[in-house]
Amino acid sequence: MPAQDIRELRIVGFLCNWCSYGGADTAGVGRFTQPTDLRIIRVPCSGRIDPLFIVRSLLNGADGVLVSGCHPRDCHYAEGNFYARRRLELLKRFLPVTGIDARRFEYTWVSASEGQRWQHVVTEFTHRIHELGPAPSFNPMSEVDWNALALQAAQGQGCPCHG
Amino acid sequence: MRIGVFICHCGSNIAGTVDCPSVAATALTYPDVVFSTDTMYACSEPGQDAIIQAVKDKNLDGVVVASCTPRMHEPTFRRAVERAGLNRYMFEMANIREHVSWIGKIKEQNTVKASELVRMAVEKLRRNRPLVAKRFETVKRVLVIGGGVAGIQAALDCADGGQEVVMVEREQSIGGKMAKLDKTFPTVDCSSCVLGPKMVDIAQHPKITLYTCSEVESVGGYVGNFQVTIRKKATYVDWSKCTGCGLCVEKCPSRKHPDPFNENLCNAPSINIPFPQAIPKKAAINAASCIMLQKGKCGACAKVCPVKCIDFEMKDELVTVDVGAVVVATGYDLFDWHKYPQYGEGRYKDVITSLQYERLLSASGPTGGHIKRPSDGKEPKTVVFVQCVGSRDKSVGRPYCSGFCCMYTAKQAILTKDHVPDSQSYVFYMDIRSPGKGYDEFTRRAMEEYGAQYVRGRVSMIYPKGDKLIVRGADTLAGTQVEVPADLVVLAVGAESAKGAVQLGEKLRVAPDQYGFFVESHPKLKPVETNTAGVFLAGACQGPKDIPASVGQGSAAASKVLGLLSKKELESDPAVSRVNPARCVGCGKCILTCPFGAIKAVADRFGNPKAEVIDTVCQGCGICTVTCPQGAIQLEHFTDNQILAEVNALCPPKIFANFE
Repeated sequence: MPAQDIRELRIVGFLCNWCSYGGADTAGVGRFTQPTDLRIIRVPCSGRIDPLFIVRSLLNGADGVLVSGCHPRDCHYAEGNFYARRRLELLKRFLPVTGIDARRFEYTWVSASEGQRWQHVVTEFTHRIHELGPAPSFNPMSEVDWNALALQAAQGQGCPCHG
Repeated sequence: MRIGVFICHCGSNIAGTVDCPSVAATALTYPDVVFSTDTMYACSEPGQDAIIQAVKDKNLDGVVVASCTPRMHEPTFRRAVERAGLNRYMFEMANIREHVSWIGKIKEQNTVKASELVRMAVEKLRRNRPLVAKRFETVKRVLVIGGGVAGIQAALDCADGGQEVVMVEREQSIGGKMAKLDKTFPTVDCSSCVLGPKMVDIAQHPKITLYTCSEVESVGGYVGNFQVTIRKKATYVDWSKCTGCGLCVEKCPSRKHPDPFNENLCNAPSINIPFPQAIPKKAAINAASCIMLQKGKCGACAKVCPVKCIDFEMKDELVTVDVGAVVVATGYDLFDWHKYPQYGEGRYKDVITSLQYERLLSASGPTGGHIKRPSDGKEPKTVVFVQCVGSRDKSVGRPYCSGFCCMYTAKQAILTKDHVPDSQSYVFYMDIRSPGKGYDEFTRRAMEEYGAQYVRGRVSMIYPKGDKLIVRGADTLAGTQVEVPADLVVLAVGAESAKGAVQLGEKLRVAPDQYGFFVESHPKLKPVETNTAGVFLAGACQGPKDIPASVGQGSAAASKVLGLLSKKELESDPAVSRVNPARCVGCGKCILTCPFGAIKAVADRFGNPKAEVIDTVCQGCGICTVTCPQGAIQLEHFTDNQILAEVNALCPPKIFANFE
């Protein structure tokens, strides 16, 4: 099922400037057609990616987050992707604890010359997110008027979570 | 803030699948955007002038250009913005070509995506602030890694340009693959006569320091200020005394290990000078086969040496040099053809590689320039050349064309006829690839003047019959199977990346491609630069190349080095980390994680520990920013707030609007 046929989902990508962003460029130059759901945020290094960026994206309603950096041992900054790997692997295991489906987050390594691999990664991941469908509304209380709740809390009337 | 947005059509590259005017119209609704337009070619001179004019007319203080990848034209537009009087960091780019128009086919979706990418850029730009580069001095010295013809050319050009050069070569002598060749195409010029004088120039040049039998151990630092540690491997000969007289080579009783310079066609003494034109012409001991070093007795060389330069106690030595730039010219290696079962996997002595054949042809080779086949020393009358062994073959993971094999096979066919006038050469080929000045004429000569039989087809098997080797293959033009009884079979083995290239790339932070060749910065526009500033490529380490191309690239790399080092000072990228002392708790985690040692501990005026970034050392990776538990250290131009602004532009926050 090509993703184009149905409603686009929201996928956020964090890509290292030196490898994967270049790989995505290479894919573009090679006209390797990909689903258009992904929006890429460029960072200098996968080691710059704070796991909280990913959590923030998911909390804000992203349906999927894809992180990609240089292959291990190939980092432009010597060891940034090793830090990234530890952080991202930990995040991946931790996501279910927060109630987020860990399959909505993936990290991978794509070098600047691997345009075809990038096409494959994007297509596979987009396909997976489409199979999972739109992310469930993270907060069941999202319809509540938060300003009113904040006002209540400020007035010492307690909040719905703490009774 | 007043932001101007420029949507580039890039001819039809973007406008073909993105509705640029509508993207521009949508951009006007974004916060702080006061001006928005679409333009045919933003990077062209009128395009850039229009940006500058708009900055002045509309009093803009930030510019977003939505066009190609920032890896291509970010520097171009930053300069344009600077000409308009803005700080170059008050600029953002949205990549709507490589990431949108070229990969998506549906115009509506592409237009939405482009608009969103522009929105991200606008949101980031709203949080940009002007940054000013710091200046630093450079070390006026170049490291050239690899002493093949590309490295030699780069080193000589740099030295002639007035820079000091340090050349590191893994082998005992410089010269590389070219020193092993007998003749060169398409002039059938003597290879060592062309290369020899250049090698001597390297040895004689007052500005060049040569380290052979040496390898790069580690590389630290950054453009203009690299610190390189070189491991000088023990040669067990004091080269400051050795005169290269060769008495020790004659007397050495250990002659059982194969000679790598002669491609293992013959054996070499344990103490050896690889070839007559070797630079430096000094002897070195192979520890693995030396009787003295292995068994503790012998010492024949030490007894005979007139200057007493043999030192069996010698150890590896580490040398550290500071350099401003690095040229990588590590060359290539030959594909291991033993993977092919159809060529006998090494069972037949008379199946040899083209480089081995080159040694047989060479006057300084093991047979003194007479073609004698390895098995019985007889002169071969029928020689079969097999092309594309380890080139253009997916089944062995080498789908690329090595480029020069067609040409050297034609040369070897010509030389075979010269050496053995009553011989007949057969060439099994896939396609003849001979682009280059005088190249196609040369292959024609091999066929027409020298009577080489070209058979278009692959060889399916080689098997022995009597003292002959039967080469069975297809003739796809005649549509038949052919069998040629050969005295000697020469395999035109393809080029692959040099052994250890990937490991060296890790030290230099230069990425190899999937085959181990180093990746240049841009395939068209930056063929010798790498993504690591100050590191340049020359020769076949970037991809298979013949000699003229390698020499050309060596000179090109040298001109880049000279351009870099001719500047008195370089500007550092101001997008570095910065510590907010009010937030820093002095935990020192950033100091531990920084791969470059760019953060140091200082005390504030109350004696509290604080982190401080050394601007010129920081490379701007941002690992520290993620590590800091306080958010006190922020990578300029990629701060948490800037990246979160992009996230929020894509996924509007549901609960609270502002976490900043």
